[in-house]
Amino acid sequence: MADALLKIEHLTRYFDISKPFLNRMLERDEKQFLTAVADVSFEIKRGETFALVGESGSGKSTIAKLVVGLLAASEGTIEFDGHKMTGTTGTEMRDLRRRFQMIFQDPFASLNPRWRVGDIIAEPIHTFGLLKGADVTNRVGELLDTVGLSAKDAEKFPHEFSGGQRQRIAIARALSSKPEFIVCDEPTSALDVSVQAQILNLMKDLQDEMGLTYLFISHDLSVVRHMASRIGVLYLGRLVEVADGKTLFSSPQHPYTQMLLDAVPDLALSGRRRKPVDGEIPNPINPPPGCAFHPRCPLAMDRCKVDAPHQVATETGYAACFALEAEAKAS
Amino acid sequence: MTDALLSVRNLRVEFPTRRGVLTAIDDVSFDIMPGEVLGVVGESGAGKSLTGAAIIGLLEPPGRIAGGEILLKGERIDNLGAEAMRRIRGKRIGMVFQDPLTSLNPLYTVAQQLIETIRTHADISESEARKKAIALLDRVGIPAAARRIDDYPHHFSGGMRQRVVIALALCAEPELVIADEPTTALDVSVQSQIIDLIKEICAERGAAVMLITHDMGVIAETADRVAVLYAGRIAEIGPVRQVITAPEHPYTAGLMGSIPTLTQTDARLVQIPGAMPRLNAIPQGCAFNPRCEKAFDRCFKERPAPVLRDADGRKVACWLYDAIDTPAKEQANG
Ligand SMILES: Nc1ncnc2c1ncn2[C@@H]1O[C@H](COP(=O)(O)OP(=O)(O)OP(=O)(O)O)[C@@H](O)[C@H]1O
Ligand SMILES: Nc1ncnc2c1ncn2[C@@H]1O[C@H](COP(=O)(O)OP(=O)(O)O)[C@@H](O)[C@H]1O
Ligand code: SF4
Ligand code: SF4
Ligand SMILES: [Mg+2]
Ligand SMILES: [Mg+2]
Repeated sequence: MADALLKIEHLTRYFDISKPFLNRMLERDEKQFLTAVADVSFEIKRGETFALVGESGSGKSTIAKLVVGLLAASEGTIEFDGHKMTGTTGTEMRDLRRRFQMIFQDPFASLNPRWRVGDIIAEPIHTFGLLKGADVTNRVGELLDTVGLSAKDAEKFPHEFSGGQRQRIAIARALSSKPEFIVCDEPTSALDVSVQAQILNLMKDLQDEMGLTYLFISHDLSVVRHMASRIGVLYLGRLVEVADGKTLFSSPQHPYTQMLLDAVPDLALSGRRRKPVDGEIPNPINPPPGCAFHPRCPLAMDRCKVDAPHQVATETGYAACFALEAEAKAS
Repeated sequence: MTDALLSVRNLRVEFPTRRGVLTAIDDVSFDIMPGEVLGVVGESGAGKSLTGAAIIGLLEPPGRIAGGEILLKGERIDNLGAEAMRRIRGKRIGMVFQDPLTSLNPLYTVAQQLIETIRTHADISESEARKKAIALLDRVGIPAAARRIDDYPHHFSGGMRQRVVIALALCAEPELVIADEPTTALDVSVQSQIIDLIKEICAERGAAVMLITHDMGVIAETADRVAVLYAGRIAEIGPVRQVITAPEHPYTAGLMGSIPTLTQTDARLVQIPGAMPRLNAIPQGCAFNPRCEKAFDRCFKERPAPVLRDADGRKVACWLYDAIDTPAKEQANG
């Protein structure tokens, strides 16, 4: 059994955003590509929660979809428990597919409104042929109970539930094929904080009980801090820093990570003086050359405008930044 | 009575429906002092936006103010005609909404919109107004303002658009700015820029702010006082530091404990069971009683009114808390 349950190497995904062929011919435009995910590598160990954090458009959802196979990679590899996801087919693939599931941000859009809750939850059970007849009904009842709803709710439709309850249904569905690994894309971003707390607590409890491994995606640093053991920070499709949760927050290395942390409102009213944050995320169609963060970076040097920085090892992970490279050489 | 800039007294907002009248805002009272930032916080559906809309006379029919008064510098504005209210909206109360595009007209350049608003409320020439508009854009942080002013709203990024809206809200030098979730649609790093901007620029111009948000972090960084809304009622109101660091109302306490922070990690989050009731199912007595661990007999029968808790003017609507007796102070803090 491999130590890393999920291993991602040089993952890249382009989107063709060119105008239709004929328009292009008439307007003499080039084909245009958007790089949503650029050369991303990371590993997730069994039983841990690895979080990806980043602002809008940083490629979080694209990575989630690549990992669960809803999108195909343009380049790079995804390995689940030692099996390459590309190239695996037939029963071997089906067997792998059962072992990971996904929870989406929008609990309103992700549940089929015309299906009864029981059928929604049972769908993966049928897809993978895990149980039959009364066993299915019993299992659905158990799952509803596990996520804090009641077996009777199986008869109802999604619209009869609140946002938080729908996210519980989505979790029950994700659990029904007894997966080991769940990709959670902003699972609480659409929920109120008091409901978010219920769902985050539930996800932690389930992880403890079932030994689940999570890829947890969020734009909210406080939520990520609460949930994750390891964290990767994305900026314009690039992974700029990876570190243990504790270390990332106590000594952020990459200038973008530092800026993000500085932007978090200070709920403790500690009087911490924030450094003002500069600028906005550039257009991903023509990202800045060199280090994509250079127009906003207080440490940017000439070199940053030309070359892309490589990964530099840090205390518990790595960061991609020339300023750190220089520091590492100097010491 | 008081020297409050804005006084909301026993506000009640209703929606008549076929199945009866829904009460969305129920007996809400608060004051905003000149130059003060009052945060209004609550979960979705608590009545934050409706409170703001009622103040500026933009309740959508059939929604209506069914009781109470709204006073601007001691004069009632809740019973004004449409035209008089429109003048107050542009001139004395500025507005910033979640989606900057609701405040900007896509067909006109930023210059046209700013200059028109400035000239509607001040008797100055076009070129003077343009100069003022450029200075304001520059102040809200639009780079190359003199050039960018002739661009259309869609030429600006989300954060830049919200800066333009702030300029538009402030260009008639209002006494009060009502900002409804002004940073909710923005990226994390841009949110903090906009919060800082609103706070600084309003302080500079002496404008008071009513900052409506679901985000306690935003309140902590920006507001002087905060009103916590639950099911259309004020649960707790008072100075931000007291309410955030030592909440008294069980709902505020639960809410604060349910927010993950950068410092506390492995602990479980505080969990308030259930969810806020719909308008047609608000329980009798205290609206929070089905979710409250501390509820007792009285909570199911009688509705608690906000009572004054300390000399700093904190008020809490909960049967667990008695009023302190300083009637003079109570009046002053409204
Ligand atoms: N199907 C697609 N076609 C073209 N571009 C796409 C497509 N899907 C995503 N993109 C682009 O790829 C980039 C990354 O998108 P992605 O949805 O992964 O971001 P995200 O980090 O999940 O953002 P958010 O926080 O807004 O959910 C964005 O610039 C987005 O516009
Ligand atoms: N036009 C309307 N008709 C009926 N109910 C409404 C209408 N507008 C708002 N409400 C209800 O009033 C309550 C408060 O709404 P709102 O002020 O928008 O909440 P918030 O801004 O705090 O999220 C909610 O229960 C909402 O559903
Ligand atoms: S590589 Fe240069 S521009 Fe990029 S983060 Fe490091 S110092 Fe800043
Ligand atoms: S009045 Fe009763 S139910 Fe309401 S918050 Fe106080 S203790 Fe809880
Ligand atoms: Mg996304
Ligand atoms: Mg609202």
